[in-house]
Amino acid sequence: MTHAAATHHTSMGLDSRKMAFWAFIGSECLLFTSLISTYLVYKGRSVVGPSPHEILNIPFTSVSTFDLLMSSLMMVLALAAVQRGDMKWGKIWLFATALLGLVFLGGQVIEFTEFVHKGLTLQTNLFGCTFFVLTGTHGAHVTVGVLWLLTLWVRALQGKLGPGHALTVEITGLYWHFVDVVWIVIFTVVYLIQ
Amino acid sequence: MAEGDHPKEQAHPTAETYLRVAAALVVLTVLEVGVFYVPAFHPVLVPTLLVLSALKFSLVVLFYMHLKMDSPFFSFLFGAPLLLATGVLVALLLLFFGTLTLRGAAGGG
Repeated sequence: MTHAAATHHTSMGLDSRKMAFWAFIGSECLLFTSLISTYLVYKGRSVVGPSPHEILNIPFTSVSTFDLLMSSLMMVLALAAVQRGDMKWGKIWLFATALLGLVFLGGQVIEFTEFVHKGLTLQTNLFGCTFFVLTGTHGAHVTVGVLWLLTLWVRALQGKLGPGHALTVEITGLYWHFVDVVWIVIFTVVYLIQ
Repeated sequence: MAEGDHPKEQAHPTAETYLRVAAALVVLTVLEVGVFYVPAFHPVLVPTLLVLSALKFSLVVLFYMHLKMDSPFFSFLFGAPLLLATGVLVALLLLFFGTLTLRGAAGGG
């Protein structure tokens, strides 16, 4: 049996959890902008190599970017399915979103391993330090998102997630899409503008 | 009131709208990568990439995160820190790479 969670509306008529989550996303904007600022400020100031144009693999990262964009599509389709009570497709889209997130993380592991083999570590130079901190923090956020999505998927399999929990899925989606927009900026600023 | 009801918000987009946004995101990503590899675009590479990236960012935030339909207060909660963060980023870039300097910073001590 599915139990809808109690709603918590504020005096503005808005759900307090959604409002709190948007405030959290706002704070995350500040965190990621500070990391991107640090990357840009130290850009081109490394004394020793490797430098970004020697090591960054644009075709590989483009595929990762496409993967993350498609995971965002899967996420909104999952939300739409849960909202209309179609839990069969809700489960499929939730799992597909988590799977694409895992593919992105796998790509990041391959990329980081390749960079370390080519001599770029956190300690190598300013580029290595700021690059790994920025993309690693983003990767940590993707990991949290994947775990969150898999938790929802398992709850859906157990019959504990239904249309009454649409807001829970929507908030998960907000987090996932935020992780996606952060990558949109990182892909442009770090990978394409070298 | 059921959990999914939002008194001051419009209905979310349809699956068709979501697919159209995804198609636009793919096209914009292909354009970004294409512009990167075409030498003719290199003189205007940075502004072109920033505009394409901003378009992708806006599409996801407006349609996938539903800010276009949701309460304007959510836009404020997201937009205000984003504006502050962008301002700090621009100020830092001007300080480190532009002509803007902190008076007395060089020999201040």
